Amino acid sequence: MKPYDYTQVRSVRQAIRHAGEGTAYLAGGTTLVDLMKLDVMTPARVVDINRLPLRGITFDRDGLHVGALERMSDVAADRTVRRHYPMIAEALELSASAQLRNMASIGGNLLQRTRCGYFRDVATACNKREPGSGCSALTGVNRIHAILGTSDACVATHASDLAVALVALGTDVHVASARGTRTVPLDTFYTLPGTTPHVENVLRPGELITGISVPSSKWAAHSTYLKIRDRQSYEFALASAAVALELHRGTIKQARVAVGGVGTKPWRLTTVERALAGRPATAETFESAVGNAADGARPLAHNAFKPALLRRTLIRALTVLQERR
Amino acid sequence: MNPDDDEGHGRSGVSRRGFLGGSVAAAAAPLLVTAVDATPAEAAEGDGLVAVRARINGRTVTTRVDPRATLLDTLRERLELCGTKKGCDRGQCGACTVHVDGRRVLSCLTLAVTANGAEVTTIEGLADGDELHPMQQAFIDHDGLQCGFCTPGQIMSAVAMVHEGHAGSGEEIRERMSGNICRCSAYPFIVDAIRDAQKVMGR
Repeated sequence: MKPYDYTQVRSVRQAIRHAGEGTAYLAGGTTLVDLMKLDVMTPARVVDINRLPLRGITFDRDGLHVGALERMSDVAADRTVRRHYPMIAEALELSASAQLRNMASIGGNLLQRTRCGYFRDVATACNKREPGSGCSALTGVNRIHAILGTSDACVATHASDLAVALVALGTDVHVASARGTRTVPLDTFYTLPGTTPHVENVLRPGELITGISVPSSKWAAHSTYLKIRDRQSYEFALASAAVALELHRGTIKQARVAVGGVGTKPWRLTTVERALAGRPATAETFESAVGNAADGARPLAHNAFKPALLRRTLIRALTVLQERR
Repeated sequence: MNPDDDEGHGRSGVSRRGFLGGSVAAAAAPLLVTAVDATPAEAAEGDGLVAVRARINGRTVTTRVDPRATLLDTLRERLELCGTKKGCDRGQCGACTVHVDGRRVLSCLTLAVTANGAEVTTIEGLADGDELHPMQQAFIDHDGLQCGFCTPGQIMSAVAMVHEGHAGSGEEIRERMSGNICRCSAYPFIVDAIRDAQKVMGR
């Protein structure tokens, strides 16, 4: 691991003052420490934010508010979250392992690097790790890689299950910096790789995630997260679906749909949402509504199965949800 | 090495390491410790080291660490607590699982500096004197191991899982223990051991 300056801070103001270009904030460390060991991330300064008061899980008329330093396991176990936002709890419990969920923070989960095996391997070319060096995955082993939002520079998948659920629910991210605070919708928080895959979100150097807000809605309580993977547990998604439905007498009034394991960022599917709205909640509706879910997909040599898998994952998630009613 | 031992030398352990390493530990004492008060870690001092004070297996330990040092390496290389195993060192295998403030975590992805002020329990801290923890006993009774390398992590993870209240069925145990890999594939017996130990722990 490359040397770095370590500072522990006790206030957001102090954190921001210490941060800037070349700074990494340390929360659970499950991504950062791993990538620093591999020399994939080499910050000059590490600012330990674990003592900041960015805690709390509260629920009010506006919705759910979660402090950035709440741990994944605590949010997953929270009764309010389980009752009013089941897809969030499900996405969290299907993530990583119990130990990692005890460690990883919500802010850190959202900032985990979009990555693939080549990104982690400093012996290979990777535009994300070393801009301009090339993409080993394009012609390499790319079974688990993305089919949506890719570019010739990068085809890595965004790995967060939580982010898929949060994007479906229209979550806002609160950030703080020396310039003050701002709120960014999570859907536009993430950027596509394009020619600059080393940039993954709209955070500016030194900006700190302080928390998230998930709006209240008529569909969040009737939601689910389905994750399809090579192993039954402790594995990234080959395809996943976060689905929420507002049903009225068997008819879908509104739907929220996002998918994971297939995109370079959490992928909201508004076309599917529109195709579901106003239709009876039946197998036929689900089948036809997901027909265009993988439009624009660019399959690679080893993941041509993903468009079909994506559609089937969506249908199964919708069916599970309908039957849960 | 050389923890600032507030409570004398703990219990005589059942560990092989303690038995073999006793004289070595005594001889290697004066490496690092300056008596440091309870001031929390803020930043590295002139020599680049950061003071850390934690309760490890019930003993208060004060030491100074490189901010890059993991809790795993600090336990094994500095504090001679080698029961915690270094498997992948990448957060993938679970062999390094310990409890920090009662929660199971991966010590290979935990920087030692962040354990300042924490309560850490390793496999060495689980037994009550010569009496094994019910989970340790159950792993022996059920042959929940072959080579044994993953076992400390399996046991630390299993104990925490039972405390979390999520060891209700074989299916739940398999899901909640998926972060602990056993390359000998002793999984069926591990599940049996946990189900058994859970009954004793619940009493």
